[in-house]
Amino acid sequence: MSENPSTMNISDPSGQGHSPDSAWTLAFLAWMIASASTLGALFLSQVMGIAPCVLCWYQRIFMFPLVLVLPAGLFPFDARLVRYVLPLALGGWVIAMFHVLVVAGIVPEKIRPCAQGIPCKDQVIEWFGFLTIPMLSLIAFSLIGLLLVSTHLKASK
Amino acid sequence: MKADVQAIKAVQSRRTVFIISAIVLLAVFVLGTLVYNRDKLDKGTKVAEQNLAFLVREHSPRLGPAEAKVHLVEFIDPACGTCREFYPLVKDLMKANRDKVRLSLRYAPFHAGSDNVVRILEAARKQDKFWQTLEAVLASQPYWAPNHKAELQFVWPQLGNLGLDLERIKRDMYAPEIDRIIAQDLDDAKALGVTMTPEFFVNGRPLPDFGYEQLRKLVNDAVAKAY
Repeated sequence: MSENPSTMNISDPSGQGHSPDSAWTLAFLAWMIASASTLGALFLSQVMGIAPCVLCWYQRIFMFPLVLVLPAGLFPFDARLVRYVLPLALGGWVIAMFHVLVVAGIVPEKIRPCAQGIPCKDQVIEWFGFLTIPMLSLIAFSLIGLLLVSTHLKASK
Repeated sequence: MKADVQAIKAVQSRRTVFIISAIVLLAVFVLGTLVYNRDKLDKGTKVAEQNLAFLVREHSPRLGPAEAKVHLVEFIDPACGTCREFYPLVKDLMKANRDKVRLSLRYAPFHAGSDNVVRILEAARKQDKFWQTLEAVLASQPYWAPNHKAELQFVWPQLGNLGLDLERIKRDMYAPEIDRIIAQDLDDAKALGVTMTPEFFVNGRPLPDFGYEQLRKLVNDAVAKAY
C-alpha cells in the first residue's frame, strides 16, 4: 500500500477519485460547527444563565436538530444528505439574519416579534465590538450552509 | 480485496474522528462549566465581601435573636415559586439552629406586579402581622400569581383570616417609605449581583451553587465555626 490508511486523505476506495472522501469531511465539519454552536448556546443559557429571547429560540430550533440529523447522513455517508439538512441551515440563517438586523436597528420597531418577555435587541455579549450572540449564530449558519453546498458539489462530481 | 480493506479502514477512521471530536466538544463544555462556576463563586464571594454594607439594612424584617452569630440573609420575591418552596425549608433550618441563626429578609420583586405584594407585606408589618401575611401570601401564590404575574385582586381574598385591617393596608401600602425600602433593596440586589430568587447569604457568603442541601451545609458550617 502506498498510502497510510489511518489518515483521512486515503484515496477513495471505490476508485472514483477522492471526491466522496472530501465531501464527507465537509459535512463532518458542518456537524462540528453545529455541535459547537449547540453546546455554546446551552452554555450561555444553562451555565451563564442568559435567558434566550424568542428569536434565539427559533434559531435553536434549526440548529439543535443538525447535531443529530447530520451524523445520520455521515454514517454511512449519504451523498444526498444536503437535501434534508440544508433546509434547516437555511431556515436558521434567515432568522439569524433577521435577528442581526433587529439588533442593528435596521428592522423597524413594528415588525419586531419579541415585544414581550426578553428583549431580542438587548445584547448581553459583545466581543470585539461586533460579535454579538445573533452575529455568532449568523456566522455559524452561514458556514454550515457553505459547507453543505460544497458537500453537494463534491459529492455530485 | 485491497480496496475493500481500505474502505473498511476509511469508515473506521471516520468513526474514530467523529467520536473523538464529540468527546473533545463535550469535554470543553464540561471544563468550561467548571471553570465558569468556580470563577463566579470567587467573584460572588468577593463582591459580597466588598458590599457587606449592602447586605444588611435597618429596615429589613428579621427573625431570630439579634445576638445570634450566624446571619442568614435571603433575597425573596413573593411571586417566585422557588421562594415559596424554600420558605418551609428555611423555617426548618432556623428551628434546627435555634438561637444561633438569625434571618433578614430582603425584597427582590423581579416578577411583574410582585412589588405590590411586597407593599402589602410592608403594610401588614405595621400591624405586626408580617410573618403571618408572608406565609399566607406564599401559600396561596398559585392563586394570585398565575403565569408568573402577580394579580393584586386575587391576593386580597387570601388575607381574610389573618385579622388584618385591609382598609388600612390599602391606605398604607403606597407610603413613600415603602417605595424607598423596595428601591433600596433592588439597588442592593443589583450591587450584590443577585439576579435570581431566592438568593441566600450566610455571614456574607453566597451559595456555592443553588440548592437546599448547599444552603443547609453553608449554614451548618457557619454554626460550627461560630459556636
